[in-house]
Amino acid sequence: MAAKSTLRNMVLCLTAVCLLCGAVLGLVYAATYDAIEAASLKALQASIGEVLPEGGEISEAMSCGDEGQTYEYYVSSREGETLAYAVKSTVSGFGGPLTLMVGVLPDGTVYNTSVLSHSETPGLGAKCATDAAFVEQWKNFPASKVLKVKKDGGDVDAITASTITSRAYTLAVANAVAVVKYLEGGSDGVDAASGASY
Amino acid sequence: MGKKMSLILDGFVKNNPTFVLVLGMCPTLATTTSAMNGLSMGLATLFVLVLSNMAISAIAPMVPDKVHIPVYIVVIATFVTVLQLLMQAFVPSVYATLGLFIPLIVVNCIVLGRAEAFANKNTVGASALDGIGVGLGFTVSLTVIGLVREILGSGSLFGWKIFPGDGVLAFVMAPGAFLVLGYLMALFNKYLKK
Repeated sequence: MAAKSTLRNMVLCLTAVCLLCGAVLGLVYAATYDAIEAASLKALQASIGEVLPEGGEISEAMSCGDEGQTYEYYVSSREGETLAYAVKSTVSGFGGPLTLMVGVLPDGTVYNTSVLSHSETPGLGAKCATDAAFVEQWKNFPASKVLKVKKDGGDVDAITASTITSRAYTLAVANAVAVVKYLEGGSDGVDAASGASY
Repeated sequence: MGKKMSLILDGFVKNNPTFVLVLGMCPTLATTTSAMNGLSMGLATLFVLVLSNMAISAIAPMVPDKVHIPVYIVVIATFVTVLQLLMQAFVPSVYATLGLFIPLIVVNCIVLGRAEAFANKNTVGASALDGIGVGLGFTVSLTVIGLVREILGSGSLFGWKIFPGDGVLAFVMAPGAFLVLGYLMALFNKYLKK
């Protein structure tokens, strides 16, 4: 049934199949490239819109930070006055990287947060994106409160049975707030953020 | 007509990949945390299975025996990558949930298993039907496992809350996957497989 195996036809066959498959992949990649870019841009813009107060003009992506830890951020401003920052903040969660978009007002108040991607346990840590009580507490989280979970002496209500995810989430928000303080010229630099307890 | 139907039905009952052949356990256990996830994973596998079955049955007579496995893997990997790109472009939210398990379809034993056991000795048409049958069998099995785990574990059905509270957490996690799979497999073999 199958053709006899000689060196010549084995090489020919593998080469032909690989060339053909490569060509197919190239075509599909080129055909879907724009759609994929558009989809990821839309997801990013949706998350920025969600965490910032309405009415500002959102800047292009900017970045700051040093030595391995850089933060991508967007500034929302109106008539030259900064309204808020949206900082993309990544930390390691329980099951892998946890990436948040954090909206922070210039005075350090957290405006809102949104989960960009996570790989937390379904039914446990994954609730950080859906659990109403946990998500709601980030809306207008005042700068005077301590960004640590209550178990560690802070003011953040953790998700039941998901302390590690809650700590990671809180650290990501704390890092974002530190970035904004740094951008606003406050004393707490980004270096202070990376030393935050976790 | 009767032969075509029986080819499809075989994939459902006699050759049911999950409950009878017990193949593809990695995605079965890992992605069935909800009915929707099980359904999407099943459909993704169905897509790859039908196309790879057809392509492999078309090229099988020309492929030298000693290199047939690498050739099949290249063909399967191509379709998986095509699927991955299409999902990223058009259903990014589904892609984000299934993530890692889409590329892992390449090493799903069902796909290579059907290529070896069926597609390389049958016509393109018959292989397509076999792919549809086995793929649908896999899809239905995963959806049922997902349904049971979602109802017991999260108290919801396709994302709709049907009773209040959190449900039994264990069913969302790995132990629940094994329990549900084991009981469903026992029921399936008792009542459906004659």
